[in-house]
Amino acid sequence: MKTNSTNPKEDLQTIREIMERSSKYLSLSGLSGIFAGACALIGAAIAWFYILDPGHVPYDEYMQIPLDWTTSGIRFYLALDAILVSGFAALGAIYFSQRKARKAGQQFWTNLTQRLLVHLMIPLVSGGIFTLILVFRNNLELVASVMLIFYGLSLVNAGKFTFSEIHYLGLTEIVLGILAGVFINHGLLFWTLGFGLMHIVYGTVMYYRHER
Amino acid sequence: MKNPISNLLKVFESRIRLGIMSALMVNDTVDFNALKELLGLTDGNLASHLKALEQQEIILVSKQFIGRKPSTTYKATDRGRDLFRKQLAALEKLINNQ
Repeated sequence: MKTNSTNPKEDLQTIREIMERSSKYLSLSGLSGIFAGACALIGAAIAWFYILDPGHVPYDEYMQIPLDWTTSGIRFYLALDAILVSGFAALGAIYFSQRKARKAGQQFWTNLTQRLLVHLMIPLVSGGIFTLILVFRNNLELVASVMLIFYGLSLVNAGKFTFSEIHYLGLTEIVLGILAGVFINHGLLFWTLGFGLMHIVYGTVMYYRHER
Repeated sequence: MKNPISNLLKVFESRIRLGIMSALMVNDTVDFNALKELLGLTDGNLASHLKALEQQEIILVSKQFIGRKPSTTYKATDRGRDLFRKQLAALEKLINNQ
């Protein structure tokens, strides 16, 4: 390798080559986190102000009431809310990270990406299935807690393949999930903190550290 | 520290150092042997470049033991990332002006 650089074009080529050759880490964009957090906040606001309609419907996760139209209707819309938020957040995450990779002249969908997705999906899907089991067994009070814990676990698992901020975000979600299990009946609050606020915080840190 | 003509940083005048930083930009940490293999350098040559980067607070060194084997890993500092990005911007500007 020539030591003194007076050739900018070769310099950039060297930089790009070495980045590709050494990359064991997938470059995710902090903007994905911020976007996901914003989606979650909007979803939570919709849940709080529209679906749960404070003043008319008491927010009670112990909803052991026999299934009538109002409670199952509410559950349906809350579930729909959660699914839509997750969907938009995931799409946004892919969009921003792909954009970041393209700007750096790198590929986004690589073997590395696939491995990250597999490691992410295993705890996430297990958690999703378990959440459904809880819903069908009418154990709604633990739903928020379980969602946060499994999501945290999936982040910690996938975190090996990307920036360390993801690992720490995962740990934070696990802690919030445990707290949500202790302070029952504040599920929406913890959901908002975990999926909303924390994503924005970590996304911002990642953005300033790796992109700005 | 800055080359007054083109805004290029003196510390990055060596392509080896650019190479080291490139690896550290896309990985959280890289160990000594991985850098050696990546750049194809001798122990001494790599070590002296790493020392220079460490002195300028562009990278952080962390020495540990894995069992009984010593392991030295390197990480870019926030300042290092910032300087590297500025260097990239300056290089790109040079290319566009050529």
